[in-house]
Amino acid sequence: MSDHSNNPSEHHDGPEGTAWIWKVFWILLAVTTVEVVLGIIKPEILLSQFLGTSLLNVIFIVLTLAKAYYIVAEFMHLGHERKNFIWTITLPIVILIPYLTFVLLTEGGYMGVLMNQ
Amino acid sequence: MANGAALEQNTSALWGGGRQPFGASYGKMMMWFFLLSDALTFSGFLTAMGLYRFKYEETWPIAENVFTHFPMLHGEHPLLFVALMTFILILSSVTMVLAVNAGHKNNHNGVVLWMGLTIVGGFMFLGSQAWEWYHFINGDKGAIQLEDNTIVYLTKTGSEGKILSVYELVTGVEKPHGDHTEFSTGDVVSAFGLNTDVTLRYPGKAETTMTREEAVKAFQTAKLIQGASLRENEYGNVLFADFFFFVTGFHGTHVFSGVVLNIIIFINVLMGTYKQRGHYEMVEKVGLYWHFVDLVWVFVFTFFYLV
Repeated sequence: MSDHSNNPSEHHDGPEGTAWIWKVFWILLAVTTVEVVLGIIKPEILLSQFLGTSLLNVIFIVLTLAKAYYIVAEFMHLGHERKNFIWTITLPIVILIPYLTFVLLTEGGYMGVLMNQ
Repeated sequence: MANGAALEQNTSALWGGGRQPFGASYGKMMMWFFLLSDALTFSGFLTAMGLYRFKYEETWPIAENVFTHFPMLHGEHPLLFVALMTFILILSSVTMVLAVNAGHKNNHNGVVLWMGLTIVGGFMFLGSQAWEWYHFINGDKGAIQLEDNTIVYLTKTGSEGKILSVYELVTGVEKPHGDHTEFSTGDVVSAFGLNTDVTLRYPGKAETTMTREEAVKAFQTAKLIQGASLRENEYGNVLFADFFFFVTGFHGTHVFSGVVLNIIIFINVLMGTYKQRGHYEMVEKVGLYWHFVDLVWVFVFTFFYLV
């Protein structure tokens, strides 16, 4: 039997050329710039409470997830893989990490309340 | 004989390997599964930090008061240096995609150029991180540790909580750029006694300032802290320093091993290994690891420096 270990992956056609790469780069750069500018000036209006934290933090998290999406889907090419592969990789992450975050942050807040009693 | 034909089906074609259920080669699929587990490891670190941050919410240091330096620039520039580090890592991610792209076209020289630049970017990032650690470990303004291990800052009454550096209290002049003079607790205590307009302030969200009387009382058991280590941290809760060392250190280790892997593959590219093989998928596999390092930094940047 021949050795298959060096067989390349099935080729999934992504966009041609390199223009899309630079487009993703400008998106990532723009989002990072917005984050840094917001982080430096911290606009008063965005410091109001929202979803248990400040509106500004919610904006930071949304922008971070947008950057993560572009890196994974485009740079790591996952968006152009087969559907079963996409779900195999993303589902554990999408289920486990928010769950862990929710549990630990809730517990941490409660530990703080106990400590200050 | 329809039944016979079914029985004689070539089983080695079905089970003998060589088929790609996910349309990805074994190596590439396993790289993805490794990255999946690594993502969970990093989320373990970051959520554990979240746990203690929520517990010690009142005294948890605010990152923009901690990382304020920029090379060659005097004064305070929060976020600017990490923004530069993020930029370097994104750019090296772009050069990596360009290398993979050149590999798809079997463009040997393209792969050499873009992989080479990726390695340079990796070293630039590691250098920046060493610089950041150096400043964090050496400390900035210095702080006072109270008997219960709480960290408090020196401040002048009526200066709206502006942190007074230990250097300025002891010597009377503003702390020069890049100065790392070490003082003793005795120096600070005697200087505090002479400057009656100086008091103490809690860090973090609370930002309560003591009255001079409270500060004098607190100073009786005070200890001077300069810089940060795993045991003490002038910026506030010691766990902040611990998580800083573990999270950015673990990420930095990934960057370092990524650079090593990139160099190995780069040498293979130079030797023509993949030209001979007819495809550059190894570049794609180390590329996945390299992008993952960038991906993790995006989260470290947000949850350590921004939020």
